[in-house]
Amino acid sequence: MTLNRTIAPPIKDAVAYPLSLKPYTFFPLSNGVEVYSVDAGPQDVIQLEFVFDAGNAYEDQNLVAASTNYMLKNGTNSRSAFSINEHFEYFGAYLNRSAYTETSTMTLHSMSKHLPELLPVLRELITESVFPQEELDLYRQNMKQRLAVNLKKAEFVAGRLIGVSLFGQEHPYGKYSSAEDFDALSREKLMAFFEQYYKKGRLRIFAAGRIPSDLEAQLERSFGDLPLSKQGLILPTHTIHSGSEKKAWVTNDPDGLQGSIRIGSLFPNKHHPDHPKVQVLNTVFGGFFGSRLMRNIREEKGYTYGIHSYLQPYIQESTWMISTEVGKEVCEAAIAEIYLEMEKLRNEPIGDEELNLVRNYMIGTMLGDLDGPFHIIGRWKNLILQGLDEEYFHRYISLIKNIPATELQELAGKYLQPERFYELVVV
Amino acid sequence: MIQFERFLLANGLRVLVHEDASTPMAVVNVLYDVGARDENPDRTGFAHLFEHLMFGGSVNIPEYDAPLQRAGGENNAYTTNDLTNYYMQLPAENLETAFWLESDRMLSLAFTPESLDIQRKVVSEEFKEHYLNKPYGDAWMKIREMAYKVHPYRWQTIGKELSHIEEATLKDVRHFFFAHYRPVNAILVVAGNVKVDEVKSLAEKWFGPIEPGEPYRRNIPVEPAQTQARKEVVEAKVPLDALYKTWHVVGRTDHRYHAMDLLTEILGGGGSSRLFQSLVKEQKLFSNIECYHYGTMDPGLLAIEGKLVKGVSLEAAEAAVDREVEKMKEGLIDTRELDKVKNKTESMIAFEDMSIMNRAASLAFYELMGDATLMNKELGKYQSVSTQDILEEARSIFRPENSDTLYYKAAGN
Repeated sequence: MTLNRTIAPPIKDAVAYPLSLKPYTFFPLSNGVEVYSVDAGPQDVIQLEFVFDAGNAYEDQNLVAASTNYMLKNGTNSRSAFSINEHFEYFGAYLNRSAYTETSTMTLHSMSKHLPELLPVLRELITESVFPQEELDLYRQNMKQRLAVNLKKAEFVAGRLIGVSLFGQEHPYGKYSSAEDFDALSREKLMAFFEQYYKKGRLRIFAAGRIPSDLEAQLERSFGDLPLSKQGLILPTHTIHSGSEKKAWVTNDPDGLQGSIRIGSLFPNKHHPDHPKVQVLNTVFGGFFGSRLMRNIREEKGYTYGIHSYLQPYIQESTWMISTEVGKEVCEAAIAEIYLEMEKLRNEPIGDEELNLVRNYMIGTMLGDLDGPFHIIGRWKNLILQGLDEEYFHRYISLIKNIPATELQELAGKYLQPERFYELVVV
Repeated sequence: MIQFERFLLANGLRVLVHEDASTPMAVVNVLYDVGARDENPDRTGFAHLFEHLMFGGSVNIPEYDAPLQRAGGENNAYTTNDLTNYYMQLPAENLETAFWLESDRMLSLAFTPESLDIQRKVVSEEFKEHYLNKPYGDAWMKIREMAYKVHPYRWQTIGKELSHIEEATLKDVRHFFFAHYRPVNAILVVAGNVKVDEVKSLAEKWFGPIEPGEPYRRNIPVEPAQTQARKEVVEAKVPLDALYKTWHVVGRTDHRYHAMDLLTEILGGGGSSRLFQSLVKEQKLFSNIECYHYGTMDPGLLAIEGKLVKGVSLEAAEAAVDREVEKMKEGLIDTRELDKVKNKTESMIAFEDMSIMNRAASLAFYELMGDATLMNKELGKYQSVSTQDILEEARSIFRPENSDTLYYKAAGN
């Protein structure tokens, strides 16, 4: 029998997959620190993420939150920066830190067997960091150098400027760093921030991987007696001041070969019922390799290596962003096509075949995204930090499977309106 | 320990199966034994351009991506100087869709002029985005040209220049396909919630009928040992001076590879590494410094790269780097320092093996090196490296005549 290669093998449709989010185990430490953990995985490894309410929304001077977070590894009462790094690396562990808008984190990746050697030192970092002046000076110098290099990249500049347009430079989602901000940092400022937002701050812990049977006891021993805050901190209020100019063309390098295009608008946060619905619309628009923007602007026109649209889910507010790097001479043409794709989504319902493909793609990749402990805890963490629960997850899955094309068209009519968007090109 | 089974189809296609019932997904990974090192010097960047064309439709299936997305899958690919690897993940129930798609594009591509035309433009934009329109983006082009005189590692996978991509013809595409994209030159790995028997019958059904093709005989000129230090100075519109210094090292399959890899980690891996501690923290000469290599199949390069603190001269910075590598040649390092990089390697391997996608790609890669069971011996090889091995490796690598140095100067400084 000859094989007919023109006929696709039968597939199981996505809507037939029951998707579930593997539940976490919860326990509080005696001082109220919440611990969420997911035990799974083929290797003897663990990921422990320490999330503090210590993002830049809490700072009263630019860069204080990010710099405090960065310098948590740069010295304590009894250990130098070198000795801290050497200790973690000796046990094959990776300790990273990151600062965001509402939260700042320390993330430990380690073989589970080495935790007893690592947690006491982690405790030391979040209780006894001293921010040595020499380390701060070096950090300041090196960060200013790094900034100088980044400012030569159109995409970096574009990311900063579109944030300012949407939120204003005083807002935690809009502000950016300058050399002067690094110069203005002082050891006292960092110490004060550390005292308030780490030593007495609010901590939540997310654990995933091969969880040792005594994890609770280990965490209790190292962190259960810390004088941390039992409730969420009061988030300072920040008002959004969007820019008045909707369009900008910025020349960063007169000899630049490409333009960084950013087209973005404010969008309600995850608590708004439209948010999960628009995730489906966005996938059709620019959210995956088969999206309309990618097919049109890359695969038909060849203007770019890639184009994406996405919802950036900040806590207070989201943004809906379109982002691409295109040849300088075709920037205008690419922008026109982006608006044309918005218009099509407003004017015509998405066809059955395309919508079914997108539903299947989203469910199939979600199935992959829920595979493995790190992915699972990541989903939970996002829900918990956003103040959402499992209901959101199930509603989202149901929307992917069922939202009708007519409703997506209405959403396009409501949100994909050019006048809602800020448009920026940086060459 | 990664378990797998291996069998060979009559047409020479090597198939490996790794069962993991804990996941609902399946991964299908197809590695072709062809990379930028196999390119004609006048048509560089071709292996990578070709990778793009593999998504432009095959002989019986007009569109590659859409049927896979409809089956709940996603995919990607990459090209290196040594190989080209295609991978996809989809719900295991839809495994046959993957076989249908992958086997048809191994059978033959559609070879449409439209696809070539568009992908030439897309790759040109990729070239601009990653290499031309980026500070220091062309540094490695210059280093490769300096360090290699005859071996094709003298160009990057993206190609030597834009014109090579712009001039590629459909005839080149066809020829490349039938020379390299044949079952005898490919390795198929299927991993995840699959069964060996199921994979066997699917492989026979979909890949079995494909003509085997001619085995590709690689005939690459060996780079002669370098006998004199080389140095170049370039100036560009960047804000800071940067130093790049490289030395020739052994290839991936050499028995000395693991010592070389650990030596690199001792010098440049993490906040307690030697270069960072001495040159960034203590001497304050660099604002960042890295030490790395690419693990290439043929003899490669170990690189030290860093940006200088404003006011420091390139000569002073290079002399300080030289002092650090000299120290590695003077005597045995402390056992604790070696244990540290071994422990880091152990956990890195464990974290890599968390995902079935990585496990599948690793199996294909080790099979390409000669035997997939090598994957399970890798950690043992790292653990058996001694301080004496590190010393010997340092002495063999860090000879001035084995080095190539690039001063990347900020214009106007």
